[in-house]
Amino acid sequence: MASLKLARFLLNSNRKFPNQFSCFTKTSCNLQRRLFSDVTQQSSINLSSSPPTSPPPFHDSTTTSGGAGFGRRTPISSSLNESELLKFSSIAETWWDSQGPFKPLHVMNPTRLAFIRSTLCRHFRKDPCSARPFEGLKIVDVGCGGGILSEPLARMGATVTGVDAVEKNITIARLHAESDPVTSAIEYCCTTAEKLVEEQRKFDAVISLEVIEHVANPAEFCKSLGSLTVPNGATLISTINRSMRSYAAAIVGAEYILRWLPKGTHQWSSFLTPEELVLILNRASISVQEMAGFVYNPLTGRWALSDDIGVNFIAFGTKNSQ
Amino acid sequence: MNRIVAKRVVTTFHSFKVVRRGLSNDAVIGANSPSTNDQVNTAYKEKLDLTNDPYDIAVVGGGMVGMAFACALSSMPLTKQLNVAIIDSNPALGKQDNIKKDDLPDPRVSTVTPAAISFFKDIGAWQYVLQHRHAYFDKMQVWDYTGLGYTRYTASDVETDILGCVVENKVLQSSLLSCLQKNTEFQKTVYPSRLTSMTVGLPTQPNSATSGIAKLDLSDGNSLFAKLVVGADGGKSRVRELAGIKTTGWNYSQNAVICTVKHAVENHCAWQRFLPAGPIALLPIGDNFSNIVWTMSPKEASDCKAMSEDDFLKAVNHALDYGYGPHPQSNSDGYSGDHSWEVPPNVIELASERMVFPLSLKHAKDYVANRVVLIGDAAHTVHPLAGQGVNLGFGDASALSKIIADGVAVGADLGELSLLKKYEAERKPANLMMAAILDGFQKAYSVDFGPVNILRAAAFQVAHYVSPLRRNIISYATGRQKWPLLF
Repeated sequence: MASLKLARFLLNSNRKFPNQFSCFTKTSCNLQRRLFSDVTQQSSINLSSSPPTSPPPFHDSTTTSGGAGFGRRTPISSSLNESELLKFSSIAETWWDSQGPFKPLHVMNPTRLAFIRSTLCRHFRKDPCSARPFEGLKIVDVGCGGGILSEPLARMGATVTGVDAVEKNITIARLHAESDPVTSAIEYCCTTAEKLVEEQRKFDAVISLEVIEHVANPAEFCKSLGSLTVPNGATLISTINRSMRSYAAAIVGAEYILRWLPKGTHQWSSFLTPEELVLILNRASISVQEMAGFVYNPLTGRWALSDDIGVNFIAFGTKNSQ
Repeated sequence: MNRIVAKRVVTTFHSFKVVRRGLSNDAVIGANSPSTNDQVNTAYKEKLDLTNDPYDIAVVGGGMVGMAFACALSSMPLTKQLNVAIIDSNPALGKQDNIKKDDLPDPRVSTVTPAAISFFKDIGAWQYVLQHRHAYFDKMQVWDYTGLGYTRYTASDVETDILGCVVENKVLQSSLLSCLQKNTEFQKTVYPSRLTSMTVGLPTQPNSATSGIAKLDLSDGNSLFAKLVVGADGGKSRVRELAGIKTTGWNYSQNAVICTVKHAVENHCAWQRFLPAGPIALLPIGDNFSNIVWTMSPKEASDCKAMSEDDFLKAVNHALDYGYGPHPQSNSDGYSGDHSWEVPPNVIELASERMVFPLSLKHAKDYVANRVVLIGDAAHTVHPLAGQGVNLGFGDASALSKIIADGVAVGADLGELSLLKKYEAERKPANLMMAAILDGFQKAYSVDFGPVNILRAAAFQVAHYVSPLRRNIISYATGRQKWPLLF
């Protein structure tokens, strides 16, 4: 009797498998198409596919690019995803609350900066023992949010431009930076990477952390980052891998179990694997030189750099000099 | 030298300028300066900008721990560019080193552990200590009045040369000051004043809870701004009070009598005997001098202070020899003479006044608050029975300076709570452990009851004869090991 049930169950589940499988392949196909189509999709803002998610208290770095706030729905050519913008705009005030929804970013920040510091110091031959090693470097922080990366970069001596598509974020960032003469020199603009390209801005280093997974068209986005980088300049991107472990950690763990992030912060299917990121960066004439993973130690409550790029990772690339 | 003495005129400009920065963003700098000459204006403006930016760190309290912290900052490549203010009304801070080697030793001394010595070497201050009177000791003997047990440790037990060094507090203080003054690159300003009030976050800013800066008002009318306030202002910390940080603890109904005494021979051992009313310690301070730290009830302490010099010396010799109970048996089977019990050298002369201090245990519930961090006695005061107090403070100074260097490396806002919390996580459990152990000792000796006495004696025997434990205890007490009993 029991074995009969089991057999039926197996049969049923077998029947289900192809479906599931096709479902998987479908998403990955979508992704592939998205990644590798060089045809510029005019206005990839896909409002239709993802209805404005209900009250979205959200987290994690802001979506980049895009029009000034989501109030302006003029179909602009942008790699931006408008529903993502909406998420972040609703929690902009909490950017600098280190115990608030952006807490994971605050905790992770020193580790990300350690990687940025070491790679940029090596690439630009700056003294790693200096307190302001980035003196003389022009850096853009694409998707700067409330400025939690821009401010440390400015303290490390860089001439920083912070851009974000969410107007509220820029307001918060400006307000926060005012209190210190060093950070008040940061140039914050509510704009997109694409617009900066149009304005023909160039930077020694282009940094965009925890942004690409919120972007509608990563390939286009990377192209813009590439165009913003001077020849022999540096590009740094961090994001979450599309692996089973990242699903367990970043979505089930961080959003549902630990509740570090509001549910729905991340769409697993829009994550990129390191290989995909290397490929699309290559197409943007950036060759990835170094990658590192971030691993969380639940005992110390801190993040550390590691070789394990299975979940959170950061890539450092240099712009080819043609 | 000239730099360190606060330029009053400049500091007045300072507060003037910064207040304006806080309230408006208009750059109307030098409104009261001769405005006709543009060049003069520019020069004036530059001068103001240089001197009037908010300080990165304001250290309240220029005592041993506060100065050690400032020295540590000045010694590391990442932190030496920080702009630091030191607030202390102690006039010694403005002076050059004026300690003569043939002055009689001051009774206020500290037992500096090897860990603290290497910290002093790292920050470049130990060379100045060596120019003054100091006494390394390589032996240590602890016993109690019942004569049931003793333990005797030597530096060779842990394969080192020394167990510690006894140095007068004023020598430590002036060495740190010399070290700081020699480092002319380091931007420091001494405010010879006292802290009266502190405001964290500017009221003009809407998100002031998380924003920016601490304002300190001083008793001489000056005020200054700093991104981080370090409270190194001792057991009665004003910073702790103003930051609203609560403490727990209790007063021991014990006072410590301290003084300097002279022997006929030089002493190279640290001696401590537990007496019914509390421990008496005899610490070498160099040149045939020793320091006495004698814990007793307040009543006995005032008697001790009042009695004649001869009577007092008699009492000391009595307490260190046959008084209160017999000598312990030294059954030194398997141990060389180094480990057998000895009688401490006789005290022949009183070389300083007798000072009396009340003892208490106090521990701050938090070490950090927004833009505020406590180090040294401001965070914890412990029983002096093992001479650990100031060493815990040096440990704090060392840990905090390293965490600040790590913060500078990644461009962190130095007053950021998440950065400061790392310091708290590193120091608080370790300091609590030490405070608890010392409190336990104090409690274990506050009863005189047969079985308890035997238990204590057994503990002594175990501590004396079990080698790994011996090594462990020494490593912990000398600060080489952060936690006790980890083999």
